[in-house]
Amino acid sequence: MFSEYTSTELVSIFAMQGFAGLILFSIFVLMALGLAIIFGQMGVINMAHGEFMILGAYVTYLTSLFFADYLSDIYGIYFFVAMILAFFVAGGFGAFVEWAMIQHLYRRPLDTLLATWGLSLIMQQIFRSVFGAREVGITIPEWMMGSIPLTEMVEIPINGIFLMCLTILIAISVYLLMFKSRYGGQVRAVVQNRPMAGAVGINTEKVDRVTFALGCGIAGVAGSAFTMIGSTSPTSGQLYIVDTFLVVVFGGAGSLLGTIASAFTISQAQSTMEFFLSGSMAKVLTLLTVVVILMLRPQGLFSLKIRK
Amino acid sequence: MKRKKIFQGLTRSCLNRRNLFKILGMSAFLWVSTAVIAADNVNTTGLAVTDDTVTVGILHSVTGTMAISETGSVQAEKLAIKQINAEGGVLGRQIKYIQEDGASDWPTFAEKAKKLLVSDKVASVFGCWTSASRKAVLPVFEQYNGMLYYPTFYEGLEQSPNVIYTGQEATQQIIAGIDWVVREKGAKKFYLLGSDYIWPRTSNKIARKHIEKLGLKVVGEEYYPLGHTQFNSVINKIKLKRPDVIYAIVVGGSNVAFYKQLKAAGINLTKEKPLLLTISVTEDEILGIGGENIVGAYAAMKYFQSLENANNKAFVSDFKKEYGEDIVIGDVTQAAYLGPWLWKAAVEKAGSFDIDKIRKASPDIELTTAPEGYVKIHPNHHLWSKTRVGLAQQDGQYKVVYETSQLMEPDPFPKGYQ
Repeated sequence: MFSEYTSTELVSIFAMQGFAGLILFSIFVLMALGLAIIFGQMGVINMAHGEFMILGAYVTYLTSLFFADYLSDIYGIYFFVAMILAFFVAGGFGAFVEWAMIQHLYRRPLDTLLATWGLSLIMQQIFRSVFGAREVGITIPEWMMGSIPLTEMVEIPINGIFLMCLTILIAISVYLLMFKSRYGGQVRAVVQNRPMAGAVGINTEKVDRVTFALGCGIAGVAGSAFTMIGSTSPTSGQLYIVDTFLVVVFGGAGSLLGTIASAFTISQAQSTMEFFLSGSMAKVLTLLTVVVILMLRPQGLFSLKIRK
Repeated sequence: MKRKKIFQGLTRSCLNRRNLFKILGMSAFLWVSTAVIAADNVNTTGLAVTDDTVTVGILHSVTGTMAISETGSVQAEKLAIKQINAEGGVLGRQIKYIQEDGASDWPTFAEKAKKLLVSDKVASVFGCWTSASRKAVLPVFEQYNGMLYYPTFYEGLEQSPNVIYTGQEATQQIIAGIDWVVREKGAKKFYLLGSDYIWPRTSNKIARKHIEKLGLKVVGEEYYPLGHTQFNSVINKIKLKRPDVIYAIVVGGSNVAFYKQLKAAGINLTKEKPLLLTISVTEDEILGIGGENIVGAYAAMKYFQSLENANNKAFVSDFKKEYGEDIVIGDVTQAAYLGPWLWKAAVEKAGSFDIDKIRKASPDIELTTAPEGYVKIHPNHHLWSKTRVGLAQQDGQYKVVYETSQLMEPDPFPKGYQ
């Protein structure tokens, strides 16, 4: 199938395709990190994860409107403000949800599944009532929507680079938080042995609340970033949720490193296959591969070894 | 003694009451029978028609995924009904409507259609949007002999005695658009792209047949699952194959992702290298995509909000007066607006609300007041209409750059295209 192209064309296309795979990888990591933290550290399956992302997207939308009306001189930087706001709004709402709902349902995984699914429906309807059923158009600052032409064929999308940097930044922050900070130590202690962690004086309720809020906050940032590449409507969150769960489950619940490894595997497999096959077929094959691997290795790629 | 008095009092009041009921009952009976006689002439099948009102149904999704698209249709149908009522109604009867929510769920559509036809006995139904919802309600309409006015452009391959299709079927939309791009832009190589379900697949099949019939080349054909948000790989493939035209039938939320990523990958549509022709992006969708991300793309359909004619100017201003200055009107919204007017014309021509008589009267009904200009119902229940090509502008509107000189004949079962 390559005979009709020159070698320079092929090299540039493979470069472009490799880059497309990396962008997809960043997107998967960004989507899945928040869920992995909540699912892995607390055992809560948060079905409303997609809606927390869309909450972040709507915060971005409101920020862009505010900047367009009052601060149009510095419109170009509104996106950074929006992402910070999205983190705190989604995180704050997450903390509220944990307090009002999740904390009463610990150790009842099926009930949290249903309750968070209900929450996702409630959030969708609230979005619909407040912002309308139609998609909202978010104007992205002009400098973020262009591309850098390297050669005639190879063009690097700026928003792709932006997404990658953001993903690296967030992944490193989460790593430092989880493995280098006092809070991270507490979280890991609670995950490994909750009664013992409580006995040595860790406030496990507070740890849970902060963890849930952190996961939701990261979802908010992801949603905010995705306004560059996707749509914002009350039900857009549903577009992401399947891929997100796929990445987290495949990576092995409870392992952040696993999540990243799984995001890398799935994104590379998918973007390579998309290039050689048609879009729907690539998806089918990706899912099939994941199913087969999970049959052979039900705990996912990586898993925590805990004495039960 | 006291008790006896009370008893007597009670019997008396009972008697009085009984008389009262009798009188009331008799008058009610008289009133009802006169009403039945008057409505009888125009309604022999027991539809919800009284002396001064007629009830119709509106059946769209106002919740769920499809609410994004169907909201405009509901607004258009309500506006048409309001205007018809202001003009004196249909056969002297004011139109009342019962609105049901299909909730973006096809079995719910079927259930609500049955409710409208069987319990509410509505005189006709304006509704449905996706082909899936139409296919779900079709058996219900055929079993209980209802009439559905369906507004969306769709893939064709269907013709029901119980449906009037007010949007274009695929050949009307596709053939004129491709002919135009070949003639005016000298296009030779096409890349077909779509969401993975019946409408894009059937439409691309027709497009491919037509392109090959013209002796031109299809260099790629691809489908992505509904809701897909990553188009980087296909954009790379497009760059590699260098088509003259990207023929895109992507729908829903995927649309937004596709156009944003196309722009980010450095494909500037205004340069027309390649040129992009779509049949799935109306002004409604551009709201979500953002005018700056799609400026320069071409769309082939029958209606654009910017059409310059007196009918359309009045329609747009009425629509904005009703729903606010910022509202936009897409192709399907206009087609939905035609529904109640076509039904009114059919009822008046038949002199009756009976479904069978409306069906008989419908072919050759003309509407000279349509915002898109002039339409006529074909015996195959689709509309004769013109096809236009619009160029997307920064402000989210289309500029009309071409209009077929003749009305396009609807041909839901095109020979040699299946």
